[in-house]
Amino acid sequence: MKAYGSVFKYGDNVDTDVIIPARYLNITDGYELAKHCMEDIDKDFVKTVKEGDIIVANKNFGCGSSREHAPLVIKCAGISCVIAETFARIFYRNAINIGLPIIECPEAAKAIKAGDQVSVDFDSGMITNETTGQSYQGQAFPPFMQEIISAGGLIASINKK
Amino acid sequence: MGMTMTQKILAAHAGLDEVKAGQLIEADLDLVLGNDITSPVAIQEMQKLDKKTVFDKDKIALVMDHFIPNKDIKSAENCKCCRDFASEHEITNYFDVGQMGIEHALLPEKGLVVAGDAVIGADSHTCTYGALGAFSTGVGSTDMAAGMVTGKAWFKVPSALKFELVGKPSKWVGGKDIILHIIGMIGVDGALYKSMEFVGEGIQHLSMDDRFTICNMAIEAGGKNGIFPVDEESVKYMKDHSKKEYKIYEADEDAEYDEVYIIDLSQLKPTISFPHLPENTKTIGSFDDVKVDQAVIGSCTNGRLEDMRIAAAVMKGRKVAKNVRCIVIPATQEIYLQSMGEGLLEIFIEAGAVVSTPTCGPCLGGYMGILAAGERCISTTNRNFVGRMGHVDSEVYLASPAIAAASAITGKISAPEELGL
Repeated sequence: MKAYGSVFKYGDNVDTDVIIPARYLNITDGYELAKHCMEDIDKDFVKTVKEGDIIVANKNFGCGSSREHAPLVIKCAGISCVIAETFARIFYRNAINIGLPIIECPEAAKAIKAGDQVSVDFDSGMITNETTGQSYQGQAFPPFMQEIISAGGLIASINKK
Repeated sequence: MGMTMTQKILAAHAGLDEVKAGQLIEADLDLVLGNDITSPVAIQEMQKLDKKTVFDKDKIALVMDHFIPNKDIKSAENCKCCRDFASEHEITNYFDVGQMGIEHALLPEKGLVVAGDAVIGADSHTCTYGALGAFSTGVGSTDMAAGMVTGKAWFKVPSALKFELVGKPSKWVGGKDIILHIIGMIGVDGALYKSMEFVGEGIQHLSMDDRFTICNMAIEAGGKNGIFPVDEESVKYMKDHSKKEYKIYEADEDAEYDEVYIIDLSQLKPTISFPHLPENTKTIGSFDDVKVDQAVIGSCTNGRLEDMRIAAAVMKGRKVAKNVRCIVIPATQEIYLQSMGEGLLEIFIEAGAVVSTPTCGPCLGGYMGILAAGERCISTTNRNFVGRMGHVDSEVYLASPAIAAASAITGKISAPEELGL
């Protein structure tokens, strides 16, 4: 599995309240919610995001609430992968459980800039900045989580058992 | 190698003699919790499972608390979805308007969580129950769905930070100041993926309400859970509230901790988190005047009886400043009744505050008490992220009930001492 797209770049501690503000949490449909993704920190995000694009952020991405709506809106907005220095723990498990590919890589998170074209190979964890030609080794998932992801999320993996 | 308190509870629930930090385990759950925002998504996900029955109708708690009494049609439909589900599956612990309270104040009060339990909740502040000596952590809706059906959840066994509390806090310093101080010290990702284990002789000076507040905000330091050892205070609380059998786990003497912090509670001052992160802490007296437009006293962090008593002690016989709106929200029906019985509600209303039915409401900018652009709120809630309580250009300052109440009276962030208290 691979991702290829243009980068949206954010800083430290991007919280779930800015990923999807609570005022919209009476909506449960991911695509409807995705119209408001990131709007409190980046009004242009939903206007410019294209299918396959990639979010790159610094430390503690997705901190705050346990709302699964957060990884869901990112996925429904068309984002193919989130790369960060670190992820907040509930966001991390939610992303795995719903099948949003995420990868921790401090070097890539620091070096990649907004608008760069980036590809990610999920099997090897290799991240390549096609704009600069630089490559970075991201942290691959442990086998236990690989199983959940390859099954297509937690629900599918439980059904398989 | 010894185990931490959290590791021991997890090992017991995974049927293992020993676990190590980093190990992936599957643990049996004693309780699975959801609210009116996260449960509808979990219920949708549950429909995709081959098995569609719940593992134990007595071990699931559904609490309608975020957008209730229903703020609009969509919220009403979400609650209806939960209500129908609870009825279909005969969920014992379904709490709706009239019986509900803010989930993390309600569950301990109803005796649904006791020491030694392993609990997941589709709400990040589920870590609150560590105050009782339980392992509890926030998860998403898909984990909740899987937990409701299988009675299990997967965990990566956390390593731990040890916070040794010594000394006695001064008069207006409480659980909120202690946890804000810690978050200010280690940062909003200082405990990322880790347990926060609170120990030391200073604990004897902390009430259960203080401990609930401290564990409640473990997530604001990125922690997986916060936990206190079980002592006379927590045993008394459990005996008063629960018929469930509790089990006491203690950390091994040779348990390993990533860091040990010693905190002298006698040295702490009232602490306030400035916008827009809980780690942006300042102590009272170290900043210039900050005028406020609103004060909120409530939430799963600080809406308990002791919080109501502290706020009332500060507001008694005084008036909320002109141009300040003060909203007081007792966290459960029981706390509401007790506050009424003790005459606290009268003090709030005479001061010019409004008293609301239990709800999460303003804490997450859901409804009621929403801020306009440029407005500031001093709040006993747990997050001050951009746009958390309303407009993206509004500001939230986190503080204790004592500070929030004093600030409501003076119209700027103040300590009770400024009122001669």
